[in-house]
Amino acid sequence: MYKTPDGKEIFVLDGHTHFWDGSPENQANVHGKQFIDCFYAYHANLSPKEELWEKARFEKPTEDDVYRDLFVDGPDDMAIIQSTYLSDFYKTGFSEIGRSHSMAARHPERFIINGTFDPRDGEKALEYIHWMKEEFDITGVKMYTAEWNGDSKGWALNDPAAYRCFELCDKLGIRNIHVHKGPTILPLSRDAFDVADVDYAATDFQNLNWIVEHCGLPRLDDFCWIATQETNVFGGLAVALPFIHTRPRYFAEVLAELLFWIGEDKILFGSDYAIWTPKWLVERFWNFQLPGDIAEERGVQLTDAVKEKILGLNAARLYGIDVEAKMKQLGARPVAMAAE
Amino acid sequence: MLRRFIREGLELEIWEVLERVTDPELDEPVTEMGFVERVAVADACRVEVDFRLPTYWCSPNFAFLMSIGIRREIMALPWVRAARVTLLDHCLGEKVNEAVNGGRDFAEVFAAHCDGADLSDVAGTFLAKAFDRRQEAVILGLRAAGRDDAAIAAMTLGDLDRAGLSGAEAARQRPRYRALLLERGLARAPDDPAFPRWDGGAIGAAELPAHLARLRATRINMEFNGALCRGLAAARYKEVEIGPEGPTLVDFIVGRVPPREAAEGRS
Repeated sequence: MYKTPDGKEIFVLDGHTHFWDGSPENQANVHGKQFIDCFYAYHANLSPKEELWEKARFEKPTEDDVYRDLFVDGPDDMAIIQSTYLSDFYKTGFSEIGRSHSMAARHPERFIINGTFDPRDGEKALEYIHWMKEEFDITGVKMYTAEWNGDSKGWALNDPAAYRCFELCDKLGIRNIHVHKGPTILPLSRDAFDVADVDYAATDFQNLNWIVEHCGLPRLDDFCWIATQETNVFGGLAVALPFIHTRPRYFAEVLAELLFWIGEDKILFGSDYAIWTPKWLVERFWNFQLPGDIAEERGVQLTDAVKEKILGLNAARLYGIDVEAKMKQLGARPVAMAAE
Repeated sequence: MLRRFIREGLELEIWEVLERVTDPELDEPVTEMGFVERVAVADACRVEVDFRLPTYWCSPNFAFLMSIGIRREIMALPWVRAARVTLLDHCLGEKVNEAVNGGRDFAEVFAAHCDGADLSDVAGTFLAKAFDRRQEAVILGLRAAGRDDAAIAAMTLGDLDRAGLSGAEAARQRPRYRALLLERGLARAPDDPAFPRWDGGAIGAAELPAHLARLRATRINMEFNGALCRGLAAARYKEVEIGPEGPTLVDFIVGRVPPREAAEGRS
């Protein structure tokens, strides 16, 4: 939990985290190396100096790192761990669901571990969704539409094969679909960050919640338009939030757009751990104010109540978490680190 | 063999024409973004340009467009006989290089990667965004200089040329905005309206605030890309400025020391 300077306790549900293994031992090829190198460049580029990690630690955070960074040093009460396999790049997967579950075994009450699937796998994808439900009782999945799969260099949420998977998710009660838009490589004529497929999928699957990570940036305007039309589309702040450090005025503009278009109930905090750690992000966010001219121009406000929603209450609603009961449960089982 | 000073003069000329090539998504010159890694003029007026993008994953459609643009600008110089443009360290680098330097018809090469569609659609979409961004910067510069919306909406091209602007970004974008107006035929004569929409339609004073809100959204996206690209390029290639005190612990942690190892990891 985050304790405000005046002593108020704020529930923090970190909507976007990973427990990855991007180490050289797990890299299958040059693409695997380039993928984690690119993440590290994000980390090095947008982190405050005192928060920088060495490369080796970044490539493969330990279980202790996760508990310390999120819950002991960090203010998270709970974290959603996203799965991303990138099987063409990593031998045992980049962020695999079974590995995340063993990591979470010390404090399962603090984690929501989402699954993932690749619709291009056809029948196997459907079987895998069944398996994840039975084995781990997943309630959400993370979709990475830019993932390579053999000759295919990406897919769209409204592909027929994807629709079959979402129908199954709906049937099994896997309601929260986190969508990450990485640069889609082919075909070249397509805008690589196109978010239009979210519009189709959200319209056709009204029972599912579509959480678009980094709020569709760099297509924020398209995303806002879609999310305003569709009641079941939400925006995750991962990647946008670290700009609070490097370019605070710019971050204010992004947030003002989101508040104006999609509103305070549909914005979710996410640290994108281990690219960034939640401690500094949450502290700075709590102390952040929209500059007067930006707030006035858009007619929006970033009050403490709005911040509280963004930091945890909105995600709690999506995942059916009773915040009061959860705080009580967590308070009775604090995370302890072995002496180092 | 070319004498050194002649060669250096020719290389400078290449750098100058490369300023006209922009990253379509950012609307910034590739030279200013630091993408151009090497320019060399060999014997018999053969030119070689190497460039690289901030990440291995940068959209290949934009990589293609930049590579074509670089080649086109070089080949337009009367003394250039041959050009080779090489995109380094990119997931589709080989394909881009093969297509751009292969001497095949571009449309044919792209069609193979576009499901038959034309890459120029993407280029057109992003040129419209570039126009919006330049226009917003100029209008905000006029507002900051004290003009009201009615005065701005009524301005002609001639007025715009004479107007005082406030802020460095507005001053930087005015000639770029003007050039695009003329290039697209959106304004030609001094009496033509200075601020049409990209589709040529007029913007009334009452519509200006809503129009600007839309332009702002475009800029926010482009700034996100621009800031990320600059930072990622710096982090990837370690061209971060080391302060006057010399490298600090942080510089060592993120591998900025030594500051540059251009040949590292390249085959």
